[in-house]
Amino acid sequence: MSYAISVNGQIHHVEDDGQTPLLWVLRDTLKLTGTKYGCGVAQCGACTVHVDGTPTRSCTLPLEVAASARITTIESIEGVEAQAIRGAWVARDVPQCGFCQSGQIMSAVALLRILKTPTDRDIDVAMSGNICRCATYNRIRAAIHDAAAQLGTAR
Amino acid sequence: MRWRRSPSEPRRGRLRIGRWLFATFAAMIAATLVYALYPRPMPQTQAIQIRQPQLDLERLRAVAEFAAIADLDQRSIALFEEAGRVIQHPRCMNCHPRTDRPTQTDAMRPHRPWVSRGPDGAGEPTLRCSTCHGATNFESSGVPGNPMWMLAPIEMAWQGKTLGEICRQLLDPARSHMSREELLQHMSEDALVGWAWHPGGGRKPAPGTQAEFGTIIKAWLDTGGKCPA
Repeated sequence: MSYAISVNGQIHHVEDDGQTPLLWVLRDTLKLTGTKYGCGVAQCGACTVHVDGTPTRSCTLPLEVAASARITTIESIEGVEAQAIRGAWVARDVPQCGFCQSGQIMSAVALLRILKTPTDRDIDVAMSGNICRCATYNRIRAAIHDAAAQLGTAR
Repeated sequence: MRWRRSPSEPRRGRLRIGRWLFATFAAMIAATLVYALYPRPMPQTQAIQIRQPQLDLERLRAVAEFAAIADLDQRSIALFEEAGRVIQHPRCMNCHPRTDRPTQTDAMRPHRPWVSRGPDGAGEPTLRCSTCHGATNFESSGVPGNPMWMLAPIEMAWQGKTLGEICRQLLDPARSHMSREELLQHMSEDALVGWAWHPGGGRKPAPGTQAEFGTIIKAWLDTGGKCPA
């Protein structure tokens, strides 16, 4: 079946089964490979994208549902929060192997859009669905604090 | 005594063997190359078969089977104990935790990833249930779903309680937030409760059907809504 899907501000016409996970449409059909396949069962967060601005695991979102939403992937995440997160990630040299990082960043940007000055607990709650096998959690948490501070200074 | 071979026969024989070995070796190389380089179509994505495991479905006893209990209070308690097979089933108990965290699987282990009920029972504002749970079960990932996916209020925690305690809690509007009519409607018609009989993903459904469960709850309330000790 054909679906018109809005990804990163562009409408793409996709011919696929409606039960196909959005992750596979992004990676295989649209070649947007920044979003990673980690577990396929919503346990690791590597496939996180924004669906109408809300972080969502694309491995467990059927194409037929995603087709009615506005999808944003790591390739085009924008805004002051995304810029602050990107800067903090580079400054802290957060990634180790890097595989989980696009998911981490998508969750971190969404967090800062909701909470401007998150506490350690706020960060733990928001990021608990994103697993990092390199255990860069301390750097992730520090970078989110840095980004929040930078956003506070900029305001 | 001859130390040298006859100049013709043995050497010719050795050359024949050499040629045969070379031809075999060349044929093997050629076959390997043909096998390795032969163009094949790439694997294509295919629709997966929806899993329909042959689970041992448990039935609920019909209300008529309790008619033999002459004492009305005892019949009411027996009816609630039968309903308790559903109420205390992991499909129901997992979303009635005694903490802010749900449990999952038949073993009722803590939910992974770490999640918390948040202000409305549907997750923290920064990690909503809908981050992973959609409006329906998704067979590809095995993640269950329902449009109303959320935890029961903490006042309606069932885990760690006896069936009698759960019974008295259900009948207490201060904790259940429901009148008896609303309680019956919740048990027999609420689609989120109904998920327990259609859990998908190879999960074992609650005993019987929601309609049968509703009939038992109605009979229990009609016989006075008595609770086990």
